[in-house]
Amino acid sequence: MTTETAPEKKVDVQELERVTIRFAGDSGDGMQLTGNQFTRTTAVFGNDVSTLPDFPAEIRAPAGSLPGVSGFQISFSSAEIYTPGDQPDVLVAMNPAALRTNIGDLPAGGALIVNSDAFNANNLKKAGYEGNPLADGSLKPFTVFEVPISTLNTRAMQGLDMTSKQVDLTKNFFALGMMFWLYERSMQPTLKWIDGRFSAKPVIAEANKRALKAGYAFGETTEMFHTTYRVAPAKLAAGTYRNITGNEATALGFVAASRLAKRDLVYGSYPITPASDILHSLATYKNFGVKTFQAEDEIAAIGAAIGASYGGAMGMTASSGPGICLKSEALNLAVMVELPLVVIDVQRAGPSTGMPTKTEQGDLLMAMFGRNSDSPVPIVAPATPAECFEYAIEAWRIALKYMTPVVYLSDAFLATGAEPWRVPSPADLPDIAVDNHTDRASFQPYARDPQTLARPWAVPGTPGLEHRIGGLEKADVSGNVSYDPENHHRMQVLRQQKVAGIATDIPALEAFGPQEGDLLILGWGSTYGSIRSAVERLQAEGWNVAHAHLRHLNPLPANTGELLQRYKKVLVPEINLGQLSLLLRAKFLIDVVGLNRVRGKPFRIVEIRSAAEALLAGRPIDDDMPVPTTDRSSFSASGGGLA
Amino acid sequence: MAEQRGNGNSEQPALSPENERVIELTRKDFVSDQEVRWCPGCGDYSILAQTQKTMPDFGVPRENIVFVSGIGCSGRLPYYMNTYGFHSIHGRAPTLATGLKLANPELMVWVITGDGDALSIGGNHVLHSMRRNVDIKMVMFNNRIYGLTKGQASPTSELGKKTKSSPVGTIDYPIQPLSIALAAEASFVARSVDTHTEHLQETLERAGHHHGSAFIEVLQNCNIFNDGAFRDFTERDVREDRTLLLEHGKPMVFGKERDKGIRLDGMRPEIVQLGDGVSEDDLLLHDEEAEDPYLAYMLSRMWWPQFPVPVGVLRRVSRPTHDQLAVGQLEDAVTRQGKGDLEKLLVGGETWVVD
Repeated sequence: MTTETAPEKKVDVQELERVTIRFAGDSGDGMQLTGNQFTRTTAVFGNDVSTLPDFPAEIRAPAGSLPGVSGFQISFSSAEIYTPGDQPDVLVAMNPAALRTNIGDLPAGGALIVNSDAFNANNLKKAGYEGNPLADGSLKPFTVFEVPISTLNTRAMQGLDMTSKQVDLTKNFFALGMMFWLYERSMQPTLKWIDGRFSAKPVIAEANKRALKAGYAFGETTEMFHTTYRVAPAKLAAGTYRNITGNEATALGFVAASRLAKRDLVYGSYPITPASDILHSLATYKNFGVKTFQAEDEIAAIGAAIGASYGGAMGMTASSGPGICLKSEALNLAVMVELPLVVIDVQRAGPSTGMPTKTEQGDLLMAMFGRNSDSPVPIVAPATPAECFEYAIEAWRIALKYMTPVVYLSDAFLATGAEPWRVPSPADLPDIAVDNHTDRASFQPYARDPQTLARPWAVPGTPGLEHRIGGLEKADVSGNVSYDPENHHRMQVLRQQKVAGIATDIPALEAFGPQEGDLLILGWGSTYGSIRSAVERLQAEGWNVAHAHLRHLNPLPANTGELLQRYKKVLVPEINLGQLSLLLRAKFLIDVVGLNRVRGKPFRIVEIRSAAEALLAGRPIDDDMPVPTTDRSSFSASGGGLA
Repeated sequence: MAEQRGNGNSEQPALSPENERVIELTRKDFVSDQEVRWCPGCGDYSILAQTQKTMPDFGVPRENIVFVSGIGCSGRLPYYMNTYGFHSIHGRAPTLATGLKLANPELMVWVITGDGDALSIGGNHVLHSMRRNVDIKMVMFNNRIYGLTKGQASPTSELGKKTKSSPVGTIDYPIQPLSIALAAEASFVARSVDTHTEHLQETLERAGHHHGSAFIEVLQNCNIFNDGAFRDFTERDVREDRTLLLEHGKPMVFGKERDKGIRLDGMRPEIVQLGDGVSEDDLLLHDEEAEDPYLAYMLSRMWWPQFPVPVGVLRRVSRPTHDQLAVGQLEDAVTRQGKGDLEKLLVGGETWVVD
């Protein structure tokens, strides 16, 4: 059809500030790939971008089934944005199951592009449709574009030596090409990517290129579309940018930390979703001296990391909640022997196996308290995918300076979500290097630096410093085994004070907006974008609302309590049932209000906004307790019973 | 050569100036200032003494030697060695040792463990550290009982054994540690006895010279909770008749009078009396370097009273170690890609510039 001489089509161009698109299809349809290609192209074009991949844990659920639907949402804008968007403006549904699971999120008036070829009796039945939604009027509220994607795409493949299955696998690129035309994006980055990816398979490369171009040409020539949409580049701060996911940024941050500390990284890890990508990335950085070790289990992974740190390297391990549970005992050993170590927890929905690919902030209290005895561990938590880089370095700065294990809390949303990242120059990164102890005259294994309370790092291979450490209680200074009651009390307090003292060595908590007033919304981790967007809108409407975001969860910044006191109300949105709320109430005796939603998804901006508006108006916030209880009065309105 | 470690070849850790006198080190140099706290009469005292006596033979400076242990009576040993030491958590010593060797392949790393620590809670790590050929020397004290927790059945306790945790007898079948080590592809597998001091020294010395994963079972008497567990074949007056001293390349002869031997009958070993038409030529030859593990496995299954209990080195084969392979990959990557440039890495992928 590209060869037809189409009559000149009149096309309007509409300027938009922001667009949110969701691609949805079978998990075998390549929706993540499609979304990633659209994201790369859009990032390079210069829009601000935020993405939300949403995929099932099953590699290939039965084709056409509801559990097999995979989605990818991208929001892009000519202004700065913080979230992948509450709702899509455009939904691309590749089959009836994708339509059924996603149509509820499309607002009235939204655009719906469907692969009409996939709406056959078999697929409709698998999706649980009695009739055909394309024909029964149920899609009336939306602007529907029925495109026979499979048919048109198959036509474009004529003459290529491919099976019909192989042809079918390219239809996502037809859809992508169509979207490129609609949003005035160049095909060049994707064409280049195809050449690189399929260099060994020229037929497949040709097929994907034809699919992409056919989709683009269809947009150009069809009478179906009469408008293209223009989203101008965003005015971001000057610099060199690249698009990056949280897991990529985390891996790069740790390589950078290794360079800055002038020590080799030893990364022990056992495969687990959604942390495995960090292992995959680091395994490719061998020329940076990174040693990756795929351990036999989660315990071996952290054990090897501790052994590596004992040997003077930077020992690290990563997992998600279930794996972190297994690491608790070894993490406590690191607390006792006071060796530097970074443990990454890419949180996912739990408890137990939970929902492996879905996000949650459920492990804060485990990181704080999930070990026997009083066992203080510093905790850092990046707020955005790009920030994962900076906080990887920060985690190591603390670990090395204070000779302590540090927990780095990411989550599935940060890990797989992407945004533009202004690439820093290595010269601008902090110097986090520390020296090994080598002087034998002054050496005592548990002597402490008077400022940081850190003990010396005396690594095997250093002459004259032979000494023994272990999990048994240590005598202060000498480090010998001790059962002395006074000594144990002293050591417990010293370990606690060492970590508490880090509060003077981290930035103060800052409020965005009024420095005192009616309402502070306080968050941590990946809720940053939703909170910031909600607060900006509330402020624009004249409300007295501020936003503060914690990146250090233990210890908290020194001014946290004082800052919270300056507001009449404090709202704490979390993707858990009130874990930070519990800590804040306990520590500061402030009656914070929790906003707690655990659906495996990021907050929508509107959820935070509604809760804030309710609080500002003196109303209770929607308690969102779908499960009837016999006596709901025993549950607080907000904390789900916890806070 | 695997056997050459620490004997002055290029693999030997660099000597620090003060340790140029390293060959002058004696047992005393390896005795720490900590008071030894095992029960009087415990077999651990002998293992400690033989370990301290053996250390000077390696020519490795003290600062390059590390003892890593788990939990149990054996776990205390590092405190008594005047080297670097790490008393870790139950069953996990092999994992720390693996990470330590990755961080610094120059170190000589010993793992001290017991039958509960190694075969029960830490079984997985024994399996994987051995199959990876991590260059560690794992010395497993086997007393067939949990001693530190005061007398429960262990994975090597015999079926039906009455202990505090099995008052009418255990219903768990025991496992043979050396069979496990062989199945896990340990590249050095040996057995010795706490009271056979010279043999124990020799075995530790050979393990120390091996380059790769070494597993040494030491039959150790717990005189409090399992006294005499190995008495029937380890006592001085019976040991020559009831143990089989393995010697590489030599026929399997045993007995006070050297008049008995092990011959193969089909797929099974059998005891034969020498003389009367049976000569040493008919006996099995011990080959610790055999590429396939069948002979070693057969030996690992022989136990008193059906057979004399084999002591010595069952298997010793050479293959690249885990740390060598890891370092090799790093060096290859540098050769292929050049030494990593952080600035280039950060701007990798597609970038765009905002003015």
